[in-house]
Amino acid sequence: MNFLSAMRRIGHMVNKEFIQTLRAPQMRWLLFGPPIIQMLVFGYAATLDVRNVTMSVLDFDNTQESRELVAHFSASRYFHLNSYASRPAELRYGLDRGDILAALEIDSGFAQRLRDGQGATVQVVMDCSNSNTALVALGYINQIGANFSHDYQFDQMQRTAPEKVSSLPQVDLEVRPWFNEGLESQWYFVPGVIGNVMLILVMMLTAFAVVREREIGTLEQIMVTPIRRWEFILGKTIPFFLVGCFDATLIALVGTFWFGVPFRGKVGVLAVGLVAFILAALGLGLFLSTVSKNQQQAMIASFFFTMPMITLSGFGTPIASMPPLLQKVSYANPLLHIMVILRSVYLKGSGFDVVWPEIAALVGIAVFLLTISVLRFHKSLE
Amino acid sequence: MSLRRIFAMMRKEVIQIWRDPLSLLVIFAMPIVQLIIYGYGVNLDIKHIPLCVYDRDATQTSQDLLKHFQATDYFSIVHVGGSYRDIVQRIDRGACTVAVVVPPQFSEDLQAHGQAPVQALLDASDSNTASIGMGYALSIVQAYSQGVQIEWQQRNGMPPATPNVTFQPRTWFNEDLESMANIVPGVVAMVMAVVGAFLTSLTIAREWERGTMEQLIATPVRKLEIQIGKLIPYFVIGMMDTALCAGAAVWWFGVPFRGSWSVLFACSALFLIVVLSLGYLFSVTAKTQLAASQFALLTTLLPTFLLSGFIFPIDQMPVFVQWITRILPARYYVSILRNIFLKGTPVRILAENILALGIIAVLLIIRATRAFQKRLE
Repeated sequence: MNFLSAMRRIGHMVNKEFIQTLRAPQMRWLLFGPPIIQMLVFGYAATLDVRNVTMSVLDFDNTQESRELVAHFSASRYFHLNSYASRPAELRYGLDRGDILAALEIDSGFAQRLRDGQGATVQVVMDCSNSNTALVALGYINQIGANFSHDYQFDQMQRTAPEKVSSLPQVDLEVRPWFNEGLESQWYFVPGVIGNVMLILVMMLTAFAVVREREIGTLEQIMVTPIRRWEFILGKTIPFFLVGCFDATLIALVGTFWFGVPFRGKVGVLAVGLVAFILAALGLGLFLSTVSKNQQQAMIASFFFTMPMITLSGFGTPIASMPPLLQKVSYANPLLHIMVILRSVYLKGSGFDVVWPEIAALVGIAVFLLTISVLRFHKSLE
Repeated sequence: MSLRRIFAMMRKEVIQIWRDPLSLLVIFAMPIVQLIIYGYGVNLDIKHIPLCVYDRDATQTSQDLLKHFQATDYFSIVHVGGSYRDIVQRIDRGACTVAVVVPPQFSEDLQAHGQAPVQALLDASDSNTASIGMGYALSIVQAYSQGVQIEWQQRNGMPPATPNVTFQPRTWFNEDLESMANIVPGVVAMVMAVVGAFLTSLTIAREWERGTMEQLIATPVRKLEIQIGKLIPYFVIGMMDTALCAGAAVWWFGVPFRGSWSVLFACSALFLIVVLSLGYLFSVTAKTQLAASQFALLTTLLPTFLLSGFIFPIDQMPVFVQWITRILPARYYVSILRNIFLKGTPVRILAENILALGIIAVLLIIRATRAFQKRLE
């Protein structure tokens, strides 16, 4: 009986909250707009692939060999040869303007040195203002150079000692990219978006919902009703939990059917992980609501938390590249753990045997945050 | 238009900001927190990729090959596997990103047939780390292969073929290939977009929400005077934050600064006008602080982070997304900042970007000024 009436009170609270949230068109938009935008942006725009690096060539040698080297570049899908320069100043100008990212300068005598077996050097100027692109492109340039050398050497051997060509030793690396065979960045980003969206929805909206009541003064009205504290907290958070689940499903469906991201794991494993994560986010939202007096403060406080949380979650850039101190700090970040769970369940099909430490960490964070905020919530009412 | 009224409006706004500890937090702590988080946290330099090796051959030759992996700081060997299963499990757990498996009879194959494959298993769920790791692994094996060939040629009395073509890379504009030099100038844009649009998005909406707008309406102050008086304090704050961030970028993070400071501040002022007008426009149209600040964040923070070229290079995006980025002010500003910091580009070459920012600024000012009506509905 007691339980039933508690359920009924929670039901009223949930109902009120839904009406309040869905009534304003702006709020409706906020619930469903950002997830879809994030999804599309990350699906299409967030890529660190390096392809079609714009390049210009200045060929002082102009021989068969030098043209052969240039052909190796233009045949590669990593480079896009967009102009031939005739003076070094043109290369400089192109790099300054940002029209080209790489410039290849072949000195005269290139072919002669090759034929003499002296080995020839070619100058490459890279615009390294974007270090990631530059680093990857330099790797490709070296590979192309090695291929050219190999082809040239092979050619020469065929002319001088054709009988020995077949026994020239060679070690090949067979690369097997597991879990993401086509090395698609969409596959990496789309599952992560679920974590971001859930965090923002659940944490921000929970914080706002509680603070709004306090700011407008309706919190006191609610407190004189027979509803208990935990019923109030549950009633406040259940709607956002449901909205969060709805958005997560939406993203998952778009990710699978539009972007073709595979789901290889079990829904159950993901669900347990997500529930643990949502509890942690709820705890954080409630905590924020106890430290802020009005919506503006709640906004700033939640912003203060979300930015570092997303940056330090391994969502966009790998944790392993961060300084050791930041890496340690980021273990307290629930978003980091859900990222690992999402990506392993999606792409690797991992089960509980692999992701249990992450789930345990999430539960620990959730218990800690919920305890603190419920204790503080008690105080903040007085 | 009366200077006295504008000044009074400014004074009111400054007092309001000064009394609100959270506004002060946003103004002074936010830039520093963002600089630290992005400056140190966003690092795309991929080194020390965790590597597992499983040597099924266990000969001098195979150990030689694996030593090549040990010698670079691109990989760090975290585990020497005892069975194939062991390796697979470690990849599944995410304990290592790359596993190199040397097949049995590797050295025999190399001597007898000349051809010997080595296997690299990659955890490609993080496609960027995986493709960079793949590049490293390929070049390591290539270098090893070349060494084996030279040795073989010497043994067979052939002229030792020196490596034919070597590239002499010149890394311009960021000689040490530090990703910090690339990221930190972009952080300046992030901070300004957030501080500018976010703070102003609250100014008018706050007056509406608290009911003080009615009091303002009752005073003789004109709507243009409200607009100017409200925005000037935030403009000054924004410029201070720019100076703070740019100073920290150069003297704390050691990012090279090759352009002129006056061009930097002139362009920053232009960008500030854009984001302030944007925040003001939302503040006027939304009328609640929550909605205004959400719109401001969504239209400034997310695009600045994702679509401005701050982290993800624009030229790698699909063409239609590249077109979308053209309407984003942050795109032009990030490009200007990077050019000024790293390339020291003269104004002549920046003209296109500056012009685009100017056009956006004028359009937004007109729109924002029209949107505000000083009357009750």
